[in-house]
Amino acid sequence: MRRLAMDRAKRLLFGSFLSSSQSSLTPGPASSCFPFSPFSSEAPMSLYKFPPVTVETINPKVKRCEYAVRGEIVSHAQRLQQELQTKPGSHPFDEILYCNIGNPQALGQQPITFFREVLALCDYPALLDRDETHALFSSDAIARAWEILDLIPDRATGAYSHSQGIKGLREAIAVGIAERDGFPANADDIFLTDGASPAVHMMMQLLIRSEKDGILCPIPQYPLYSASIALHGGCLVPYYLDEGKGWGLEIFELKQQLAVARTQSITVRALVVINPGNPTGQVLSEENQKEIVEFCRKEGLVLLADEVYQENIYADNKKFNSFKKISRSMGYGGDDLPLISFQSVSKGYYGECGKRGGYMEVTGLSSDVKEQIYKVASVNLCSNISGQILSSLVMNPPKVGDESYESYMAEKDEILSSLARRAKALEDAFNSLEGVTCNKAEGAMYLFPRLHLPQKAIKAAEAAKTAPDAYYARRLLDATGIVVVPGSGFGQVPGTWHIRSTILPPEDKIPAIISRLKAFHEAFMDEFRDQGVA
Amino acid sequence: MTPKPLDYESLNENVKKVAYAVRGELYFRASELQKEGKKIIFTDVGNPHALGQKPLSFPRQVVALCQAPFLLDDPNVGLLFPADAIARARHYLSMTSGGLGAYSDSRGIPGVRKEVADFIERRDGYPSDPELIFLTDGASKGVMQMLNTIIRDEKDGILVPVPQYPLYSAAISLCGGSLVPYYLEEEANWGLDFYNIHQSVAAAHSKGITVRAMVIINPGNPTGQCLSEANIRELLKFCFQENLVLLADEVYQQNIYQDERPFVSARKILFDMGPPISKEVQLVSFHTVSKGYWGECGQRGGYFEMTNLPSQTVDEIYKVASVSLSPNVPGQIFLGLMVNPPKAGDISYLKLVQESKAVLESLRRRAHIMTDGFNSCRNVVCNFTEGAMYSFPQIRLPLKAIEAARKAGKAPDVFYCLKLLEATGIATVPGSGFGQKEGVFHLRTTILPAEEDMPAIMTSFRKFNDEFMEQYEDYRGYSRM
Repeated sequence: MRRLAMDRAKRLLFGSFLSSSQSSLTPGPASSCFPFSPFSSEAPMSLYKFPPVTVETINPKVKRCEYAVRGEIVSHAQRLQQELQTKPGSHPFDEILYCNIGNPQALGQQPITFFREVLALCDYPALLDRDETHALFSSDAIARAWEILDLIPDRATGAYSHSQGIKGLREAIAVGIAERDGFPANADDIFLTDGASPAVHMMMQLLIRSEKDGILCPIPQYPLYSASIALHGGCLVPYYLDEGKGWGLEIFELKQQLAVARTQSITVRALVVINPGNPTGQVLSEENQKEIVEFCRKEGLVLLADEVYQENIYADNKKFNSFKKISRSMGYGGDDLPLISFQSVSKGYYGECGKRGGYMEVTGLSSDVKEQIYKVASVNLCSNISGQILSSLVMNPPKVGDESYESYMAEKDEILSSLARRAKALEDAFNSLEGVTCNKAEGAMYLFPRLHLPQKAIKAAEAAKTAPDAYYARRLLDATGIVVVPGSGFGQVPGTWHIRSTILPPEDKIPAIISRLKAFHEAFMDEFRDQGVA
Repeated sequence: MTPKPLDYESLNENVKKVAYAVRGELYFRASELQKEGKKIIFTDVGNPHALGQKPLSFPRQVVALCQAPFLLDDPNVGLLFPADAIARARHYLSMTSGGLGAYSDSRGIPGVRKEVADFIERRDGYPSDPELIFLTDGASKGVMQMLNTIIRDEKDGILVPVPQYPLYSAAISLCGGSLVPYYLEEEANWGLDFYNIHQSVAAAHSKGITVRAMVIINPGNPTGQCLSEANIRELLKFCFQENLVLLADEVYQQNIYQDERPFVSARKILFDMGPPISKEVQLVSFHTVSKGYWGECGQRGGYFEMTNLPSQTVDEIYKVASVSLSPNVPGQIFLGLMVNPPKAGDISYLKLVQESKAVLESLRRRAHIMTDGFNSCRNVVCNFTEGAMYSFPQIRLPLKAIEAARKAGKAPDVFYCLKLLEATGIATVPGSGFGQKEGVFHLRTTILPAEEDMPAIMTSFRKFNDEFMEQYEDYRGYSRM
């Protein structure tokens, strides 16, 4: 009490100092202010000035984080695009073709009509009270919208939901997961997020305590993982996929890298598996998946299963199996294996990147850990409702007998078969180039050809102070307008060079792209081919 | 039995430190009771649509059309949608690179950012650069991003008002920084106390903490006070002197319930002050579609605007934004519509104005009903809700109640709020979730329940409160428990 009284007395004393430049506007809440504080241990800062937030003083983890998918080459492409608009004819191409990012609808892919019908009705439910709506929307879309709105308290799609996402939608997703896998799923294990990426960040935040915590990541990897690990101050422990074996994952390699990390006193906490792979496209075999599950169990690792490309399978002899299905089929129940499975609305045949919808299914973690995940999720309140609805639609599309089923299947099949055709066409094109080898894209949306670059080209890159694959990608962009991402953005065996291209440009543009690519590459090789080669 | 790979002990400590009471113990208990069939009035979150506020029609029409562009090709679309909504949908679709389903620029659609810049210029009278405006999935994500950029380690401190919206304390914990509190003066209408602020900074310095930034929430959450121009000037001068970046949470700028202190943005005052302050003080301003009279919380739309940040820093922030690819496109369109609504003469203008006015006028009335209602209760004093969406009454708990709480293993205000919930179904958030002076207790409620329900809610509260006070104020030496 005495201390409070003394503080009050001090305040009254200093309250009589008023800032000299205080204007006589209507007084706000009472405040006392004086130009110099005898209580701050430093002199007024106006004597030395550096702004508090400069590149020198920001969080170093932010500086360490890199994300090549929207990196330097893309900035350059955007500059070229502007030049095309302001000075048409200034470049040997008419348009920039963004093959750097898995963004299907930016390249002409159409959304699934049924999904958009339901979303539009949920966004503007007043439509459901109008007779005219029946002429414009399919009846099953209308029914589904009613069903979804009934799951939302007061049908208020503009309200924050439960922080894991609307319960009824999670239940629908759990049903979809169970139908896919043949094993039950629990709505309480599902966390709906603004795309899969925030869910990955959440897990990295939980797992990484210091730079001594390591996360095993495939090399090459989708650089969300390296970026997220850097942002959270952890250690990326690489395991190399085998390019000579179709980007296969060898358990021996995993074991070896784990052992090496441990000798460096790194505590390896988790294993990231991307299946189908990004950028590499391989679809894991069941055997492989079982080995991975056993490995995680034996070594006490959390399995982080990025399964966002589960609907993008192009190889006839391959099939997607979720890690949940595999582990349950091995007899491992919920408590036996910590497994986080990530799914997204951005890929597949729906390609709804801009909606930011996705989820993680969290199994094998104790309830007190899940409470912590919930707590972190609650700070952001909830993910966007429209994205939540879309996640439930993706996991519960129209079924046989529904009015929209046939048109839905037609749209889906067309998109997927077109993707398979484009994957093949571009794979063949890359393989036809001198000094380029390209593994098949069994799934996902990318090709990751290897460039066996001549020494002269490597030296030219060195002179330009860029990595050889970045040099090639830049030259490709400047000559053709095609934007790809240098392999160094994903990681690769040292001394090897790759580029990642998507398979997403519209099918009717593929022949032109291929011919431009071939023309560029021939000219490039003519320029840099090693002497003495026939 | 080998320890699990990820058990509670091996979690990131920063995660364990996080507390976010807004969806904490009271919320869980309320959800449990709701499942048991009890009617719950959720006044715990600023979530207008969950309490009966209807969405504005125009934005919903525009976004629905953007979701289903096939509607635009249908000759009958004019029967269901007004022409200006149709035109606006086309306008936004043309701004995207593939409709709602494509990732946009990681900073947000350039055309929408231009609309935001134009809005800021109209509001403040100073030009704004779209390149320094980043759209985010709600303002909270923007706050997280900025704090993560600023905080290097536990030696970096952030000045945060107490009471505060606990996003700030949670984010600082997650980023591993230090929260440096500055207490708002309840007796002076939750006013600023620069003596206290200087003292806090000094105390932080003596602990080896470098104070990097200062958060202001204007209008305040949970406290509702609206800063005057003079207040903001003093704050900016303070930041200039102490070399701090000012983080101005202005998400409630449309929610003003008194006329003496209309909203003025920190940026406007900054530029009014002229050089050197206008050129040197770094400022980040936050806004959202979740509050105001829009209340579109579920869309997750928001932005932050950077002033006087060096371009290299902006590049780093852009880089991190790109890792998450882009904010959700529908939310961006909501934001565009909010800053660039229909104008006089547009078909939908009158309806929008009508809907907006109705919400704001009702909120103003509810601010009064609630403040007066609390002030009529025994041992409760409540500052007027000048702005935002909350009421933060002080509950003067008798000693016996505090003892009973201790026996029950609960903080006194948590004890009170749980009893309030069980007796009346009113779900609030205890003041300890926001921070308060030691020994002083509050609860936060929203002013969002429907106006026609307000009298009954306040009566129910008063009945509970006065009985509670009678029970624990017993002077005869024995408790009537």
